[in-house]
Amino acid sequence: MKGLSRINLVALTFGFAFLYLPILVLVVYSFNASKLVTVWGGFSTQWYGALFRNEALMDAAWVTLRVGLVSATVATVLGTLAAVALVRFGRFRGRGLFAASIHAPIVMPEVITGLSLLLFFVAIDLDRGFWTVTIAHVTFTMCFVAVVVRSRLVSFDRSLEEAAMDLGATPLVTFFSVTLPLIAPAVAAGWLLAFTLSIDDLVIASFVSGPGATTLPMRIYGQVRLGVTPEINAVSTLLIALVASVVLVVSVVLRRREGASDV
Amino acid sequence: MRTGEKGGGRRLVVGIPFLWSGIFFLLPFLIVLRMAFSESAQARPPYRPVFDWSAGFADVFDRLSQLGADNFRLIVEEPLYLEAFVTSFRLAATATILLILIGYPMAYAMARAPARLRPALVALVILPFWTSFLIRVYAWIGILKPEGLLNILLMKFGLVAEPLEILNTEIAVQIGLVYAYLPFMVLPLYAALERIDPTLTEAAMDLGAPRWKAFWQVTVPLSIPGVLAGAFLVFIPALGEFVIPDLLGGSDTIMIGRSLWVEFFNNRDWPLASAVAVVLLLLVLGPMAAWGALERRREEAEARTAAGARP
Repeated sequence: MKGLSRINLVALTFGFAFLYLPILVLVVYSFNASKLVTVWGGFSTQWYGALFRNEALMDAAWVTLRVGLVSATVATVLGTLAAVALVRFGRFRGRGLFAASIHAPIVMPEVITGLSLLLFFVAIDLDRGFWTVTIAHVTFTMCFVAVVVRSRLVSFDRSLEEAAMDLGATPLVTFFSVTLPLIAPAVAAGWLLAFTLSIDDLVIASFVSGPGATTLPMRIYGQVRLGVTPEINAVSTLLIALVASVVLVVSVVLRRREGASDV
Repeated sequence: MRTGEKGGGRRLVVGIPFLWSGIFFLLPFLIVLRMAFSESAQARPPYRPVFDWSAGFADVFDRLSQLGADNFRLIVEEPLYLEAFVTSFRLAATATILLILIGYPMAYAMARAPARLRPALVALVILPFWTSFLIRVYAWIGILKPEGLLNILLMKFGLVAEPLEILNTEIAVQIGLVYAYLPFMVLPLYAALERIDPTLTEAAMDLGAPRWKAFWQVTVPLSIPGVLAGAFLVFIPALGEFVIPDLLGGSDTIMIGRSLWVEFFNNRDWPLASAVAVVLLLLVLGPMAAWGALERRREEAEARTAAGARP
């Protein structure tokens, strides 16, 4: 394999510049001393201080974190079950509908998902708040988990499961002692994806949330509508740093483990 | 877990996720449908139900016979809604085409990069997708506004005499759509391009085809499933997009996701918002079915490859 040709190098440079420059600008201006976002007034971390004194924002961050942790965990269990059903069970009755209802939420416009869930919660007379947001997030993130886990299940050696069962292990024992350790990296990646999708969601949460369950994206959206402020740049930078570092740590740990198990 | 094995455990594995998505994903659509035929009312919740079961069957049949399609009539007759649908369709389709033009060279370069670099390049494409969508759209406000970074740079280099009005126009929405959905286009394209055996192009060139012809007649046709997957993955959600037109578009750029939002949150007209949702759903149903069929074929091919690789 040769190195990259010049035209390919240009395509990559432009592509990545387009993807990363706006984020870079945002991060740089979060350290701006001037309140005017586009005028550089020197380096300062004052907006980060202001952030931690902003109680509404801190409350919203706490709600978001809790919703994210709970919904990602439930979504990972449900999504993994769905992936196992799709890959291992061959053709069962209702498989078409099952597969469709697992795939559809991935591309479904968020306004439709949000509105339909809200109307459902109103119809069953469920009080809106933490739990309705969590349920909504489980519903759309479990599909992403299912897709991630499914691609791993398809590619691994099924004879290992068969060997365990030939030796007398029940399907349940086989799953926990053979299958789950093998698909663990995908399950972890699925959890992480569900978590980031949950803490990022604005549209669906806006529909199904209630008093006392304002999430961070809802709070940010409310402030963004009033204009660009260095404080929002600061909270954005923190969120980006958080997600980027978690993703990096997890991928490094997974790669180590993969490397070790290959030996 | 062997295929063909029946049992309670198996039923649970299918049943639990199926029940969840049945209750929280499929069932709510029926409620939207019912709401779309209701009348709006000054109440909490702000609508008058179509069916009032307490009044008995006679009342239900009476109401069924005069079921109100007023909300749908309004959507069809009110030019604002028609315009919103047309604008959404135009912007989503343009974004899809632009994304293929930008994403293809990028994905191609990634697939041709040395194998040890590829995981890092894929990670670089995925990373922005993991960071907040809202924040990435918000970042563009600071760049595009009249006193924003883009205009400062353009004026510094003397390219324009006065600031360009980009923010709050359709162009800004278009930029936002292309920017936010780029990873969704690049990843399936990369997956398709990476699978193509490079010896196929080499064979074409050994047989005398020029490089561009080998690319056009071998690589491109083989990558079509990836192009289609990317196009559906971008077009369908973009059609109902709310955040991007709301933050970057002006009041005259009405996309359908935004009209639904306005009807629901600002005008509190739940039945009309539901009717808009039903029409939007009908529009995306076709593309969604096509995308589903594409995915199914890919999954079957993957399963076959995996089965073939096994001893």
